[in-house]
Amino acid sequence: MSQFIQVILSGLATGSIYALAAVGFTLVWQAARTVNFAQGEFVMLPAFFVLAAMKFLHVPFSLALVLGLAFSIIALGYLFKQLIVQPLLYQQQSLNLIIATMALSLLLKESVKTFYSGQAEPFPSLFPDTSSNFFGAAVSLQDILIVISALAVVYLLTLFLDKTRTGRAMQAAAQNPNVAEILGVDVKRMTLYTFLINAALAAFASFLITPIYLAKFSSGEALGLAAFIAAIIGGFNSIRGAVAGGILLGLLDNITATYITASYRTALPLVLLIAVILLRPEGLFGKAEGRKV
Amino acid sequence: MVSFKSLALASVFAISTFGVAKAADDTVIIPCVCEASGAGAVAGTNFHDGAHLAVDEINAAGGIMGKKIVMDDMDTATDPQTSKGLVQKAIDGGAYAIMGTVFSGSTMVNMLVAQQAGVPQFTGGEAPALTAKGNGFIFRTAMGSQKGVPALTPYFKDTLKAKKVAVEWVNNDFGKGGHTVFLDEMKKAGIEVAVDVSSEQGQADFAADVAKIKDAKADAIFVYINEEESARFMKEAKKQGVTQPLVGEVILTSDKVIELAGEAAEGVFAHVGLTANADVSGIKTYAEKFKAKYGHTSDHNGIKGYTGVYAIKYVTEMNGKFDKKMLADKMHGLTLDVAKYPNMLMTVSWDKDGEMSRDSFMTTVKGGKQVVISTVPAN
Repeated sequence: MSQFIQVILSGLATGSIYALAAVGFTLVWQAARTVNFAQGEFVMLPAFFVLAAMKFLHVPFSLALVLGLAFSIIALGYLFKQLIVQPLLYQQQSLNLIIATMALSLLLKESVKTFYSGQAEPFPSLFPDTSSNFFGAAVSLQDILIVISALAVVYLLTLFLDKTRTGRAMQAAAQNPNVAEILGVDVKRMTLYTFLINAALAAFASFLITPIYLAKFSSGEALGLAAFIAAIIGGFNSIRGAVAGGILLGLLDNITATYITASYRTALPLVLLIAVILLRPEGLFGKAEGRKV
Repeated sequence: MVSFKSLALASVFAISTFGVAKAADDTVIIPCVCEASGAGAVAGTNFHDGAHLAVDEINAAGGIMGKKIVMDDMDTATDPQTSKGLVQKAIDGGAYAIMGTVFSGSTMVNMLVAQQAGVPQFTGGEAPALTAKGNGFIFRTAMGSQKGVPALTPYFKDTLKAKKVAVEWVNNDFGKGGHTVFLDEMKKAGIEVAVDVSSEQGQADFAADVAKIKDAKADAIFVYINEEESARFMKEAKKQGVTQPLVGEVILTSDKVIELAGEAAEGVFAHVGLTANADVSGIKTYAEKFKAKYGHTSDHNGIKGYTGVYAIKYVTEMNGKFDKKMLADKMHGLTLDVAKYPNMLMTVSWDKDGEMSRDSFMTTVKGGKQVVISTVPAN
């Protein structure tokens, strides 16, 4: 029983971080109709912004987090949108945009390796790593706070999108940019907001996961793949789907590794991905999209 | 009639060729084919730094028999196929001997290339299989796990009085070799292996592994995984409230792992073949030089790189000429006494298969630092 509680809690913690990154995939998809294959690196990089601020600017960790978040929003949100997405969207070359994000992924990874370090670096935790006993399981405060904070951020995002004027305008711009523009929505600005929010979510995910996974230039690969799979399983056009996909993936990974086989733990999510694509391609919670002819 | 232009071109060509030939006569090429990125970056970077420290010292003192060492760096990215290509490139570039690779998985693949070319290779790898393939050109810079792991058996049996142990190991050539040796040792000692958990190189999430190990309620846990994974494992073990002693071979108490794991490393134990914290005067001097040059503490891989280059120097000088086959032949059955060869840091021997013997150490982590608690005689 204690082992099961432990596995579920760890799975929820990992899954909630996957969920944050997966929501980023869905946001970019809704805003630009493209898959951002650099999303994993978007989660890897903010940790290095923080470490660089501490190392070169000699600021305390709390201030470095703020600087890291700000720089992530500027670099991975504003600059990404203005320099890469906007020119290629204007050309209506969605395939080129996908390829550009793949190139960006390589560039970010190799840049960190070359200009910072090829080795793993420790990263301070946002939360204390104390544990308490719950039916024999060591319930980690860090895991609980990761789950709560990740889900809280997603909940706040959902509230923002559903209940605020700007949020509804962002949704309108994502669903039908032409009609939204006719109705007076500043589509370009709303699209920019989407990218800024994605960058902020990626940064937050980075701050949560890096203390556990360590800061390394290659850590975005596995994270990006997991988040991509989670987004597809949950539904690429649904934020709630992305959250559900992330949580499901985290739980399945841990349960598989503990009770079935550790050797094939990475295979099960891929099997699930194929099953979802075959049986319900819009994802578990997504909406089927028709194609205009 | 030869034009002035042709004559001028020929002269330039002749002078440049002479210049190149002169440069080649003055130098000996010993590339460092190491892991500067990927899962092996910690080990490879330290190995590289130690090797370059030795090269700088040797060159400052006049080189090997008057020839300066040229050490080109080749990053394998901890990929075996890449390392194979780089070893071939090193050989094509005129390597006299090769330093690296550190990761056994890469060495298993690339050492065949060096063997075929007859180029001596000094590896940091510890998998038993490396010196069991009849390769006359491979030489260790640290003892294999088939020598190191058995040194832990008395610790489990007599010190910890363990009746049941849990095992966490990495599913690569390094891990498989040590895992097999450890299981044999536990069987001989009559200690039950309660749970046997394998992990993958580069694995980030150890929650399931630790949950299984914790549930097994063993008396002690043997951890045999690579550097970054060791840190992640220890952090997860601390998070899940694991109280059993964690005992490793070589890696668990290294400085980089302690840095990455933080407080989670406190109180772990490891048998190490080499450590910069040993109370040995040569090692202390080396550690100071390394820290002064690179600004960080050397781990055992740094010592491997350093002593490997010096082994090449000393044996070449014994031979009196730069002959690759003679270098390899001389190494077999050789003992380098630290009294006569001080930059070997400790007395070291190699057998006919390139396997190394040297005194080793039991260590623990106290106050965030590796502390040597005893010396283990060479076996």
